[in-house]
Amino acid sequence: MANIKSNENKTKAQSMGLHTEVLTGKTQQKFFNPDEAENFYYWGTYDVDFNKRIDLDVNDLDCKEANKKIDELMSQGYGTIVIKNPQGKHSLGVGILNKLNLIFEGSLGYFGVGSIDGPTVRINGRVGWSCAENMMAGKVVIEKNAGSCFGAAVRGGDLICKGSVGARTGIDQKGGTIIVGGDAGAFTGFMMQRGRIIILGNVGINLGDSMYDGTIYVGGKIGSFGSDAIESPMTKSDIDWIKRKLKVAEIGENFDISKMTKVVAGKKLWNYDALEPTEKKGAI
Amino acid sequence: MCGIAGLIHRGKSSNVGNELQAMLQALKHRGPDSTGYALYADNNGENFIMRFKVGENVGEGSSSINEDESVYDKRKELVDDMLKNLGAKVLKEEKLTPYSYRYEMKYDDDLMNFSKKIESIESVEILSIGKSLELIKDLGDAQAVLDRYDLGKVTGTHAIGHARMATESGVDIKSAHPFWGYPFSDVSVVHNGQLTNYWNNRRVLENKGMRFMSECDSELIAVYLAEKMRNGATLEEGMKDSLSGLDGVFTYFVATKDSLGMAKDTMAAKPLVLYESDDLVAMGSEEIAIRSILPHEIDTYDPFDGEVKVWQI
Repeated sequence: MANIKSNENKTKAQSMGLHTEVLTGKTQQKFFNPDEAENFYYWGTYDVDFNKRIDLDVNDLDCKEANKKIDELMSQGYGTIVIKNPQGKHSLGVGILNKLNLIFEGSLGYFGVGSIDGPTVRINGRVGWSCAENMMAGKVVIEKNAGSCFGAAVRGGDLICKGSVGARTGIDQKGGTIIVGGDAGAFTGFMMQRGRIIILGNVGINLGDSMYDGTIYVGGKIGSFGSDAIESPMTKSDIDWIKRKLKVAEIGENFDISKMTKVVAGKKLWNYDALEPTEKKGAI
Repeated sequence: MCGIAGLIHRGKSSNVGNELQAMLQALKHRGPDSTGYALYADNNGENFIMRFKVGENVGEGSSSINEDESVYDKRKELVDDMLKNLGAKVLKEEKLTPYSYRYEMKYDDDLMNFSKKIESIESVEILSIGKSLELIKDLGDAQAVLDRYDLGKVTGTHAIGHARMATESGVDIKSAHPFWGYPFSDVSVVHNGQLTNYWNNRRVLENKGMRFMSECDSELIAVYLAEKMRNGATLEEGMKDSLSGLDGVFTYFVATKDSLGMAKDTMAAKPLVLYESDDLVAMGSEEIAIRSILPHEIDTYDPFDGEVKVWQI
């Protein structure tokens, strides 16, 4: 674990409460510093106009060319981009860091719309493995099914699949909400750390295996609980929150939320709440 | 990594050679070392097709030892002599490459004894025996193998194929997929994944008289299923049993004369995308494999953990 010493000369960031300690020793951690103007420039972001709309046919483009083209269009101010013929290609629509309406008329392959921060994405097809991996913010709606590792390491935003999803949904999830209208496979919420998962259908074996924290709500049958995942009583605030989220997701209008099962971490394996703040950093 | 693909037309024939090529070519990035096809072709259904090799492809990054091509001809002559002794009547023979042959023949006796005798000849391996199965595997990508063996014109009802990235054994034809379900005619298997109880199972199966030609863990699936079927299990029963009998991570396809099946391990660790309609089932490691033959918008899904499915033609 890194050595920690108190920082007597407080920076503006520390006065804002962003961090209160600095790491020394071998750890090379650089904190965000609002005093440096370049920190307010977000590379690859554009001011776009949602009313400026364009169609982009990617049938003859590979994923790099297609993503470059999307970037070009955003730089020209297009705020609504409709992608035609994605044909299951991998890594389409990744790394978008500004507001944008992105619509895919078809299905995506692996790593679709990964590492995004802000756009609203609608996919009128299916997505392959690791859709929206490491998403920071925004909203992604998939009209059909999704593959495994759906929403892996998601940190924020709403990720919605109206169909069924594969195994390890929300693996390593660190925030945000994942909503699934159909069934989910094995190891849903595997090692999740924060955030919430709502599954309206059935889930497979080892639900919430080795989860650190976070909450999983299941509407159907549960194959089995993973190690350290336990059932917790549903509260009124859970029901109100799910009702609001389902409205955002445009699914489950008549779903009986009160009968859902709430699953949380038993915290026998990992218990962050019992750690001192400095120990948490070391553990992470 | 490896990529697998399969398709079955229900109630009709199609150009499965070209269709499987397109699917495997789309998966080339998953396995550039070798490509294999198991095509269930529109043969007359009366005679056996035996595909065998008398040596290895020593080019294209092969890990095999270089041999003089003259030994291939000697081995081929030994195979011909053995066939005569076994009472098999060769109706047509084709030399496809210096090391591989396709024989059309009549044979009515026990295939296990037949195969043991043929494979007792040094470096000779039967790639497949069947009345509709045409099993072709070689180094190179799907297009290269299709061109080398002239598979573009093959029509049939169903097919499975494999694009291999060599991880557990060498870059050679004997370790390439698909594997024939020795000694059953018309049975083939492709696999994506790793099996961790290979040696335990191999020792048990070898004691029961089953044969292994390579040290590739995937061959175990073909032998495992063949042994189950030899003892009276149906294909589906054998596949369901394999979910607990095989340890590791896997998605595999198995095909017989009139059916195609898939199985996924209980961890669902390996990918599979499936498209199912009344007249066609197509599946592959990635959606782009299916899109290569069905470019219009379709509904596909990932089968869940521990799922086994079998379709008939």
